[in-house]
Amino acid sequence: MSERLRVAVLKGGRSLERQVSLASGARVEDALERLGHEIVGIDVGHDLVERLTAAKPDVAFVALHGRDGEDGTVQELLEVLGIPYTGSGVSACIRCADKVLSKHAMRDEGIATPEFLSFNETAFKELGAADALPAIEEHLGFPLVVKPADQGSSLGIKFAPDAAAVPSALVAAFSYSSKVLLERYVDGRDLAVSILGDEPLPVVEAVLLDREVYDFEARYTIGQTRFECPAEVSDETTRTAQELAVAVHRLLGCSGFSRVDLLCDRATGELVVLEANAVPGLTETSLLPQAADAAGIGFDALVERVVRLALE
Amino acid sequence: MTIEEDDQRTSRRRRSSSSRDLERYAGLFAERTKVMTSSAMRDLMAITERPEVISLAGGLPDTSTFPVESFREIMEDIAQESLARALQYGPTEGHAAIYECIATVMAQEGTRVDADDLIVTTGGQQVIDLVCKTFIDPGDVIVAEAPTYPGAISSFNAYQADVVQIEVDADGMRIDLFEEALERLDREGRRPKFVYTIPTFQNPAGVTMSLPRRKRLVEVARERELLLLEDNPYGLLRYEGDPLPTLRSLEGGDFVISLGTFSKILSPGIRLGWAAAPRPVLQKLNMGKQGADLCSSSLSQVFVAAYFAHGSWTEYLDALKELYRRRRDTMLDALAEHLPPEARWTRPEGGLFIWATLPEELDTTDLLARALSHNVAFVPGRGAYLDGRGAASMRLNFSGSSDDDIREGVRRIGEVVREQLDLYRTLTGHRPAAPAADPAPPAEDPDLADVLELPRRERSARRREQG
Repeated sequence: MSERLRVAVLKGGRSLERQVSLASGARVEDALERLGHEIVGIDVGHDLVERLTAAKPDVAFVALHGRDGEDGTVQELLEVLGIPYTGSGVSACIRCADKVLSKHAMRDEGIATPEFLSFNETAFKELGAADALPAIEEHLGFPLVVKPADQGSSLGIKFAPDAAAVPSALVAAFSYSSKVLLERYVDGRDLAVSILGDEPLPVVEAVLLDREVYDFEARYTIGQTRFECPAEVSDETTRTAQELAVAVHRLLGCSGFSRVDLLCDRATGELVVLEANAVPGLTETSLLPQAADAAGIGFDALVERVVRLALE
Repeated sequence: MTIEEDDQRTSRRRRSSSSRDLERYAGLFAERTKVMTSSAMRDLMAITERPEVISLAGGLPDTSTFPVESFREIMEDIAQESLARALQYGPTEGHAAIYECIATVMAQEGTRVDADDLIVTTGGQQVIDLVCKTFIDPGDVIVAEAPTYPGAISSFNAYQADVVQIEVDADGMRIDLFEEALERLDREGRRPKFVYTIPTFQNPAGVTMSLPRRKRLVEVARERELLLLEDNPYGLLRYEGDPLPTLRSLEGGDFVISLGTFSKILSPGIRLGWAAAPRPVLQKLNMGKQGADLCSSSLSQVFVAAYFAHGSWTEYLDALKELYRRRRDTMLDALAEHLPPEARWTRPEGGLFIWATLPEELDTTDLLARALSHNVAFVPGRGAYLDGRGAASMRLNFSGSSDDDIREGVRRIGEVVREQLDLYRTLTGHRPAAPAADPAPPAEDPDLADVLELPRRERSARRREQG
């Protein structure tokens, strides 16, 4: 292969997705070891800068999910320290991590995404937004999808079947974030297109076996979801999905790798984009590694590629 | 084969899973593992271990108070006198020396057992697992309390039991609802394999089954030849009030399997518990245990026997009781000060836990996410039910934190609860809601309204009248 690198693998951290990140990080470390690189595994905490300064890595592999790891915070630190790092830069991370920002960008660009409104807590506490709920509900319909604006792994997503359920759904979502997204529900198949470098990988579909929603349990428990990769959709749908994903990846300024989540409307076949993820999961049940595998890129090769892209 | 080929073979073997591999394993997993899921709650719970988080979520006894000198002396004795035995395999049913200790502990609560009634296990948890293994065929009915010990739920699920949960109130399991459930099951041509109950200072609810209900439960068990699994880890951790007889001592032993453990009165790390059961049941438990782990730790058993021989186990227990009683009182005061008036909570006379219930608009699983950002944690109530109930409740542990941490932790919880309640009211356009304590609460809600209001004296008097 090529020269041996010292790679700092950043994982763990303080977000609610810490455990997912530890799993991603562990797999990445295994791969890097097999590839012959020197690894410095760091469960990020208050001594992160100290440890990075001491380690002097050639590159940092960011395997952090959620707050501080995927939203530009750690990326900013790495910029200041002058350490090359995997994945997207600060501004792209900021845009991806905030679903509201990314949806506005998509909408302004004419990329199809479910209709939405967003509010922060103060809108309700100070501006009487509660009085606008009936109008909001009329506009977006039921079931109403309520999500924290900046949470991953489907944490905090609620589906309110009627007006009476909306306040609880909002309170629940506000437990995870100070900003909440209200979205029109789309009954669709869950598709994911991962981007590696600048190229789309095969489309993956998450087919739920025993439940209705691709929630946390479905994502991370082996056996709860069947993954179709490549997804059983028409060639045209595949092409469109991939084009959309690449467009979103570029629009938000992503680099290295990303994963764009879409829904394919069961009734109309129309594709809508939900969000883009700047640090896709790399666990046993994650979608990016499966897509890479379907494209003939094994996990080790995937990790190597991502590291090399960081150094370009 | 060359070295390179060997290396390649090794690296191929260690290659990580592709989606094909995933499917291969998923296709092999037994049916029973389908209910063994990871959960968002479990991952959130892992975050509660961070040092800056005040965790009221644990079930940990305070092992930092174990007398260091005693430990040193005991280990030295073992090194001199019984090291070979301590390091060797032992009999599946346990070392004879420890039966005396178990009998001593049970006698402290007025329950008699003989050595032949006993099997030593690796923690009380193993008893639950072995009882499930012995009795449950997939689809069999068992009865448990609502809420119940979350650790038992995973065992029940692993053996694919059909669990019927019966509500508790301030006096423990609602025996009237239990009998109704039995009648309903009769009509369906089904009967429970056993009833799982934690009658004293229940984990998680903190409540204790009253004497009349204990008597009735035992009566029903005899009438219908139903087995009761009496889980009693906290019976000796009583801080006030009068001890109640165990189900076993009321019933006599034909229909009660007693589960005991050294975890809360000595040490959880030694992994030592026991079951007292009718002989035929004991035999099956023994065979199940052989398949599970051959025998429990000899080292632990030798340690416990020596510890009891030293004679100071009741002193340590008394010290623990004093410590926990203070902490319980601190938590009760803090709850009264910081939780909104609509919240209710149990007032346990012993044990390690308080169960608090918030207005049902709030979901404590989601609330935990917000609580974590305020650096406090609790156990959301959902985990104590199999059917989605408990969403507005939480379990709070007082044994594992200092008084200062308890006060500060409850203050933070109160802050989070108040914030979310205020938000809810803003969203629904209500001003502060009416107190949730309805004089005639619907059947599903535990009737905990009277717990706070009755002074202790009256409750003991009431018990004496009924007893």
